[in-house]
Amino acid sequence: MDNMTNIATMAELAAQGKQPEVLFWVGCAGSFDDRAKKITKAFVKLLIKAEVSFAVLGPEESCTGDPAKRAGNEFLFQMQAMTNIEVLNGYEVKKIVTACPHCFNTLKNEYPGLGGKYEVVHHTQFLKQLLDEGKLKVEGGRFSGKRITFHDPCYLGRANNEYEAPRAVLAKLESELIEMKSCKAKGLCCGAGGTQMFKDAEAGKKEINIERTEQALDTQPDIIAVGCPFCNTMMTDGVKNKEKESSIAVMDIAELIQQAEDL
Amino acid sequence: MGAYVSNIFFGVLFFSLVGLFMRNIRRIIRNIKLGNAANRYDQPKKRWLHMARIALGQSKMVRKPLSGLLHVIVYVGFVVINIELLEIVIDGFLGTHRVFAPFLGGFYDVLIATFEVFAALVLLSVVLFWIRRNVVRIKRFWSAEMKGWPKWDADIILYAEVVLMGLFLTMNASDYWLQLNAQDPHYLTAGSFPVSQWLLPLFDGMGVAQVVGIERTTWWLHITGILLFLNYLHYSKHLHIILAFPNTWFAKLTPQGQLTNMQAVTDQVKLMLDPNADPYATPATDTTPSFFGAADVTDLNWVQLMNAYSCTECGRCTAECPASQTGKKLSPRKIMMDTRDRLTEVGAALNKGEQVNANTLLDNYISREELWACTSCNACVEACPIAIDPLSIITDMRRYLVMEQSAAPTELNNMMSNVENNGAPWPFNQQDRIAWREEINI
Repeated sequence: MDNMTNIATMAELAAQGKQPEVLFWVGCAGSFDDRAKKITKAFVKLLIKAEVSFAVLGPEESCTGDPAKRAGNEFLFQMQAMTNIEVLNGYEVKKIVTACPHCFNTLKNEYPGLGGKYEVVHHTQFLKQLLDEGKLKVEGGRFSGKRITFHDPCYLGRANNEYEAPRAVLAKLESELIEMKSCKAKGLCCGAGGTQMFKDAEAGKKEINIERTEQALDTQPDIIAVGCPFCNTMMTDGVKNKEKESSIAVMDIAELIQQAEDL
Repeated sequence: MGAYVSNIFFGVLFFSLVGLFMRNIRRIIRNIKLGNAANRYDQPKKRWLHMARIALGQSKMVRKPLSGLLHVIVYVGFVVINIELLEIVIDGFLGTHRVFAPFLGGFYDVLIATFEVFAALVLLSVVLFWIRRNVVRIKRFWSAEMKGWPKWDADIILYAEVVLMGLFLTMNASDYWLQLNAQDPHYLTAGSFPVSQWLLPLFDGMGVAQVVGIERTTWWLHITGILLFLNYLHYSKHLHIILAFPNTWFAKLTPQGQLTNMQAVTDQVKLMLDPNADPYATPATDTTPSFFGAADVTDLNWVQLMNAYSCTECGRCTAECPASQTGKKLSPRKIMMDTRDRLTEVGAALNKGEQVNANTLLDNYISREELWACTSCNACVEACPIAIDPLSIITDMRRYLVMEQSAAPTELNNMMSNVENNGAPWPFNQQDRIAWREEINI
């Protein structure tokens, strides 16, 4: 099987008169950022392995408008949202999964009021379901016994009250999950949210990602697990700043599951 | 006639100070109503539960166990001792003494004993609070925005509570002494005094007249102190003892990550995207405000203004804020304090019937640097013990900066023009969104 048949776009499926069960919303980072593209690929491999009927929008996908909205540009946000909603409703999309908590939050909470009503899940919630249903099987594997700490993404955790799904998925690795000083509802931001990803930080004593990386390093982890492409960038930069990149890996939960048993 | 002097004096004191309090509350309500409309009357059942859990039940307060416990003691003590206040007020009007005692019998002893135990516990808690603030010097009480009046305010409240509880216990002790020694039917044997009985030695060697003097003085000082304290609330962060309740009732119930969609923008964007729309037609209902976002307190909604009056300046928000923690200028507590200070300024002009000065919340109180330092992570919202939402004010002010002044930092303008032109925050071609498909090995 080649990639084109395994990974179809909504347009390609529609041309064949087909409708997938779930749309994988890749997001801008997952589409363009070299590091985040690896997460996209790992997650897609898992979807194929679990025989999920899915498709992507490809060139028809556009920024959800989240960074514009958080910057205060409500016009640009709603332009993006309404354009996307037109595409999504055109394909009669019912369920969306995304590996980006910012896309997740915007699609789930801010699109319904503008006419875009879908069941939206974060990829860690979706993976938990696939594992619970036995469609994916991971028992230990490569990361068994490793020390892992999980950095809660603000837009999955506090913003949407999901703290358990990523931890339930990580538990399948049979590794040692060590919580940071601030975790779950008290989790410290990586420093990327609210459009900080796209600008320099204001003057201060320290960069936020360094503060968070120090909290992570205090747990003496082998791996810092993340569930957001932006957190991934921030934590990866933090680990490099501490010159620990040879001993500590920053990995998305999808990558951990995919690489655990080379699924 | 002379026999009624104290009753009349009490009536005048009570009605003038309660009247003054009512006027202050009316002014606060007027100021809150300067805010824009926000519909927070939906889901009443959920709202009652939210208030019961967070304000009544102190569920978020106790997330910090020590200060939570101390606060619960002071809060329960305050509510319980207010039952005694009812008797004191009736006594004041009727010239009676311990008017409830004959009706309640043995239960009266239980009540008075309970008040005494709480008074002692409140005293202890307040002293510990003072030590935490002034000796241990917990960091969040010493940030930049806590200099001057806010620091004074916090200490004044603690001193006032020490004085009031001290007066209450001394009043009870002198009463108890008179019950034992005066053989005066006015000082009927009533109440049980597990705490103030230890103060009896204070009156050793005094005569009945002297102790009656102490009893009357402490009685009057106690009730006057409470009525004055009631009028202090209006100037103080202590207003939270009232506003915590409506504040949690009217709180945002949607997921913390959900920002409101601005209806006025929706109307305009729909018009822009509708190919059949007549661009020159006058819209049937023009919802467009004169401008978007918030530059001053009157551009915020009334819930945000109530939030500002409810803030107790505990600083749990600022202690959790990633920007504050790493030394940026932003402090969510300061956002709330600035909003209240500006609203007070606007309200003071209204009180005098004067024109409000040309200051605005933006720039005169809250700087742009503070607004742009926010990561919108919701740590402040999560930390607030009474469900205040500083993030919503920051967002509304960013909206003003971006949509009215095009005053976003340059990098954000670049990001936004990328989103507008290529549908991504970076300058990549939208057609390449699926390039990763060619690179994947299955």
